Order: sequence, then structure tokens, then C-alpha cells
Amino acid sequence: MKIKDFVYFVQEAIKSLSRNRLLSIATVTTMAISILILGAALLMTINADNFMNRLESDLEIIAFLDNSLTKTQVEDIKTDIENMAAVKSVVFVPREQALENLQKKFADKDYDLEKVVGKNPLPDCYEIKAENPQNVSNLAQEISNMPGIYKVNYGQGVVERLFQVTKWVRIISIGFIVLLAMGAVFLIATTIRLAIFARRKEIYLMKLIGATDWFIRWPFFLEGIILGSLGSLISIVLLAWGYSSLISSLQTSLFFIPLIYQQSQLINVYLALFATGSLLGVMGTYISLNKFLDV
Amino acid sequence: MLVQFYNVSKVYPNGVKALNDISIKIERGEFIFLMGPSGAGKSTLIKMLFREEVPTRGQIFVANRSIVRMKRSEVPQLRRNMGIVFQDFKLLENKTVAENIAFAMKVVGSKTKDIRPRVNEVIQMVGLKGKEKSFPGQLSGGEQQRVGIARAIVNRPLLLIADEPSGNLDMDTAHGIMDLLYDINYKGTTVVMATHAWDLVRTARKRVVTLEAGRISSDTYTPEFI
Ligand SMILES: Nc1ncnc2c1ncn2[C@@H]1O[C@H](COP(=O)(O)OP(=O)(O)OP(=O)(O)O)[C@@H](O)[C@H]1O
Ligand SMILES: [Mg+2]
Repeated sequence: MKIKDFVYFVQEAIKSLSRNRLLSIATVTTMAISILILGAALLMTINADNFMNRLESDLEIIAFLDNSLTKTQVEDIKTDIENMAAVKSVVFVPREQALENLQKKFADKDYDLEKVVGKNPLPDCYEIKAENPQNVSNLAQEISNMPGIYKVNYGQGVVERLFQVTKWVRIISIGFIVLLAMGAVFLIATTIRLAIFARRKEIYLMKLIGATDWFIRWPFFLEGIILGSLGSLISIVLLAWGYSSLISSLQTSLFFIPLIYQQSQLINVYLALFATGSLLGVMGTYISLNKFLDV
Repeated sequence: MLVQFYNVSKVYPNGVKALNDISIKIERGEFIFLMGPSGAGKSTLIKMLFREEVPTRGQIFVANRSIVRMKRSEVPQLRRNMGIVFQDFKLLENKTVAENIAFAMKVVGSKTKDIRPRVNEVIQMVGLKGKEKSFPGQLSGGEQQRVGIARAIVNRPLLLIADEPSGNLDMDTAHGIMDLLYDINYKGTTVVMATHAWDLVRTARKRVVTLEAGRISSDTYTPEFI
């Protein structure tokens, strides 16, 4: 593209934006609202996913050991478990520690469990985390079959339900996002088509004078980029402001919902929305224009 | 030979047969009136010249190139050799007279420094000196059509195509427009003009092609010419 042409395209784009001010504002508003809704849904989904990930990664297998094992046997079993591919970490909890933990759960410190029961009734155990939480029940099954393991506990029944629930939450939220995205594309494409329709005579005239398709397209593309990025910028500012005030109000309240707040993660979301807005602007323009260029 | 039609037929997608086996040749420098009743196919024939419509059957050559087989990307170059004048002028309302004319030069990528002198030249030629900065809405119909003609000739086309250029104008104004077209033709541009107005054609000494129901019913010269 020659510089002279580029200057002309930019001039034309800006002129037409200011000339069709009402339509430009309508397009930017449509874009901003669509992307705002999409962005809010996206943040909600990411947070839900984050929350579910935490729930899932909190899952652990408790493997109780036979009381008759020697120290070396206990060590060997630990190495065996650590060597399993599906295992992420193994922590040994000696029976004294287990008792202490249990003791802590009783509010009354004077109530000495050991004295009441007579002797420590608890076995040594391992707290095992799986590399992939989805594998917990299989892994637990496998570990329970190992010699020296007396019993395995991983929240049988509850875990399976949890995964059932998180699976459906994920499916539904992805479906929701896809629907919203489709709605946004449709809304934006319609607005752009309206804007181009208003100028179909000019496009027709240019075609008959002998303008190439690209010569006609460029100013519209620039407009699409300007409107798309402006719309997404507005929605991102609103979203960022809303989200940060949500975080700060939740931090001061009693609720504890683990919202994501790392700037890097949020910035990725915002960048993605910005790119989506600009891309939608250009793609919407391209598709809507082609019909009118066919002269 | 500038334009050749060989056995051209046109059936629109809705089944209307607009042209039926048309063959015609147009020499460089000619002035041709295209006449015929409403619905005879005049506009269809005109649109085929600049390839807004393509024939269903037959061949069309412009400057010895088939424009039927022409690639889509070659169409702009074809149109740059033509100027088109519309019955409804098709001026851009938000551009001045000078800008409307300059627009046609910008669209085909003319050098910036060439635009102003050439625009002034054609404004002079069509008799609109002093109206450069007016907007179309501030001009009479006849003046608007002069802008349309100026825009059509500013890129020095080989062929000027006009579909009822005076259809929206009164007789006196129409005669003024005709004089302008004759003048352009005299300077070497081939002109094809569709019209209903026999009064305009009768007094001219030009070739008249008459269409009826999609066929050429006569191709003669007006009496005064003979
Ligand atoms: N785009 C189109 N689609 C379908 N039919 C069309 C189209 N354009 C024209 N026609 C039909 O083709 C026939 C010829 O139309 P055309 O416009 O060429 O006539 P015309 O001689 O220019 O008439 P007029 O003097 O009224 O302008 C008419 O029957 C018309 O209805
Ligand atoms: Mg017609």
C-alpha cells in the first residue's frame, strides 16, 4: 500500500466516522455492551473453574498403615507410592501427629484424649495427592491393594459426586459462553451491515468508477478496527473497574469467595477481549461488505 | 471497433428475458442513441457494457477483449476506460461539486497534483465555473447532471455511457445537456445514450438503435443525418 493511499484511507475512515456520528455511536455501544456481557460471563466462568480446581486439588487420599510394620517397611511403602506415575506428593503423618491433630479439634484443651482412651488408637498414615484429581478413586483403589496398607480413605461417594457436578458446571458455562459469543457476533455484524447499507450507493458508485475492491474495503476496515477497539476498550474499562470493586468489597465483607485477582491472569482476559472486539469489527466488516462489492 | 455484441441474450434469474439475440457493433467516435419502449431492454444492454450484468449467452468485446470471460479483478480496469452518467445523477450529497469530481480521480488512484487542474478543467468544460464549492443540494437538476457528466469524463474515458441522462430534466435543460454530450463526442469520446425522448433524438444527426421486447427492431440514422 502506498503512503498516499494509506493517508487517504485514514482520512476517509475518520471523515465517515464523524459524518455518520449517530451510527458510529450505536456501533460502539453495541460492541461495548456485547463484549461487556461476554467479558463478565468469561470472568465468572474462569472464577468458577478456578474454584472447582481448588476443590478438586484439595482432594487427598489417606492411606492408613498396618500397626505391625517396621520402620524400613514404612519407608519402602512410601517410596513405592512416590514412584507411581499418578502420584503428586506423599506426606507421612505419624500416629502421634495424627492424635495431636485430633486433639486440636477439641475445643477443650484439658480434655486429654490419650488418657481417656488409654492409649493412642490411631495408626500411622500417608496423605497422598494425585497428579490429576480425576484419578483419585482409581489411585485409591490401587493403593488399597498394596501390602501393608490397612485402609484407604478419600471421601468415597462424595468425590464422584463432586466430579459429576464440576463436569456439568463446566459444560454448561462453556455452552453459555459460546451462545453469548454467537449473540455478540450476530449483533455486531448486524450493526456493521446497517452502517454499510447506509453507504451502499457510495460503494456502488465507486465500483462503477473502477475502484478495486481493496480500495473500497480499506476505509471500512479502518472504521471497523476503530469502532471495534473503541467498543472493547470501553467494555474492558467498565469490566476492570467493576471487577476490582467487587474484589475489594468482598475482601472487607465476611464472605470468602476465592476470586482470581492476579493482574497477569486478568490482563490476559482483557487482552483477549480487546483482540476479540477488534477482530469482530474487521470480520464483520469483511463479511458485510462483500455483498455490496459484488457489482 | 470499440464494442462488439455477438448474439447476446440475457435472462434474469427471475426468468425475465430482457435481451434476445442482440448483435451490434460500435465504432470509435460514434454517438449512438438507444431507443425503445419501457422494458425493451435498454438499461440491460447498457449495464452489460460496463459489466454490471453478464450475458446469459453470446459474447461481448470491448476494445477487442472479451468482457464475458474477464476475471473479476480485471473489471476495475475495464470501467476506468468508461464514464457513466446516471438518470438520478448519483452525486455524493456531502461532497462539494469539486470534491464529487475529484472523487472519481482519487478512486482510480490519480496523482494528487494532477487532480486539481484536471477538475478545474472539466468544471470549465461543463459550464459550472463558480459552483465548485456548492453542494449538490444547492444546484438545479440540470446543474447536478453537469456535475455527473464532469465526473464521468474526468478520467478521459474512451466510452461515455448515459442511461436517460435527461430523464429527470425539462426539455430546455435536456437540450443543454445534449449539447454538452455532443461536444464531448466531438472531442473524440464515443457516446452511448439510452433515452425515451424522441424530441431530443429527432433533431440530432446520429445513429439510432431501437430495441423492442429485447430485440433490435431498427438500426438507422435520423433523417436529418442523411
Ligand atoms: N435486475 C433485474 N432482475 C429481473 N428483471 C429485470 C432486472 N432488470 C430489468 N429486468 C427486466 O428486464 C426487462 C428489461 O428491463 P430494462 O430495464 O432493460 O428496460 P428498459 O428498456 O431500460 O426500460 P425503461 O425504459 O423503463 O428504463 C424488463 O422486463 C425488466 O422488468
Ligand atoms: Mg431503463
